Amino acid sequence: MAKQNIVIIKYNAGNIRSVNNALLRVGYDAEITADPEKIRSADKVIFPGVGEASTTMRYLNDSGLADIIVSLKQPVLGICLGMQLMGSFSEEGGVKCLGVFNEEVRKFKLPDTNSDNLKIPHMGWNRIFDLKSDLFDASLEGQYVYFVHSYYVAHGVDTAATTDYILNYSSALQKDNFFATQFHPEKSGPVGQRILENFLKL
Amino acid sequence: MLAKRIIPCLDIKDGMTVKGVKFVELKTVGDPVELASAYADQGADELVFLDITASHEGRKTFVELVHRIARHINIPFTVGGGISELKDAEALLNAGADKISINSSAVRNPHLIDEMAKNFGSQFVVVAIDAKKEMDGNDWAVTVNGGRIFTEKRLFSWAKEAEERGAGEILFTSMDHDGVKQGFANDALAELSQSLSIPIIASGGAGNMAHFKDAFVLGKADAALAASVFHYNEISVPDLKHYLRSEGIVVR
Repeated sequence: MAKQNIVIIKYNAGNIRSVNNALLRVGYDAEITADPEKIRSADKVIFPGVGEASTTMRYLNDSGLADIIVSLKQPVLGICLGMQLMGSFSEEGGVKCLGVFNEEVRKFKLPDTNSDNLKIPHMGWNRIFDLKSDLFDASLEGQYVYFVHSYYVAHGVDTAATTDYILNYSSALQKDNFFATQFHPEKSGPVGQRILENFLKL
Repeated sequence: MLAKRIIPCLDIKDGMTVKGVKFVELKTVGDPVELASAYADQGADELVFLDITASHEGRKTFVELVHRIARHINIPFTVGGGISELKDAEALLNAGADKISINSSAVRNPHLIDEMAKNFGSQFVVVAIDAKKEMDGNDWAVTVNGGRIFTEKRLFSWAKEAEERGAGEILFTSMDHDGVKQGFANDALAELSQSLSIPIIASGGAGNMAHFKDAFVLGKADAALAASVFHYNEISVPDLKHYLRSEGIVVR
């Protein structure tokens, strides 16, 4: 892969550096920045996130990052909370989100008879199916990736991967240049590494 | 379906891995990053690093180690030991830890759980509980300082309180089972798993592969943690996964 300019959007979210650690392991080094010019001129933009939706959305709106993200034309990868914030609305704090994807983010509800002892958050390794994006390739169908989340995006027109936990939901989304994963590719071993490499190849 | 997790635990002293037998005798095993990479390559689902001397010694070596781990390891990892304030957790978060585990400090100051969850999110906060079964009755006494001090807290009510305060997971170690390799405390695990809605990690007692199966089937645990059986090559992670799969348990 040719040398490229990768930016990880810096904002008030936890563990942003772990994404760059994963990029370093595959031979890339991203710049972690909130500088609008640097974000706009990057070849690839990664929008990671661990945190609470409404506080984070307020920060993105106040800082002007929200407007920048939705206007980007290069490949953008949202991860975990990053993906949820790219939806239209989140039940977490009842907040209007970026609206890149026309999907609402809802809280998992345990089934009434919880005979399998399912837990919230959905935490751990689960499989991705029905892969429909250039983020994925045939070798990734049915593979395990690492999740930590209590809110989910339902199935919709932009669903790019499906995972079964309590229900079948969208574990990845894609619309035009916007890609997003609910799971953490940076923490998903060789499988996650391949997904990041696929994104960098776009 | 969500896979059951296998978690090797690395006790760290002076930047090296150790495993305490009954928390007292210590044997040096090796370099944490090297061992952790080997476990990740073998298919371990997560790793836990416990700085067992953190309360008594400087934190700097450990934070530097966490930086190195985060740089090299491509699976999630939890760090614990001697985290008593928000700024301890923040230093570890910034070094790249995915989760922190708090134990004695949470017992002494339960509000710490609320603070950590509020600042870093519940997914970052593992509450570790070391407990010992009471001679009379069915409850378990919560202990601190590596099992040396008994407290007024009881396992089930404390675990519930930890959940309500914002813990993302409970890591339960039975001090009666730890180091004796006769299996996990499955009855207590099952009660925890059924009364809480957050994941439960079983710890203490792994001696053979069937013990892991029992922790998942009888103990209804979401994850199982062990140290010496992995460190001394008594059980390999790939063999364990193969065995569990053949027993109908979903593993990665």
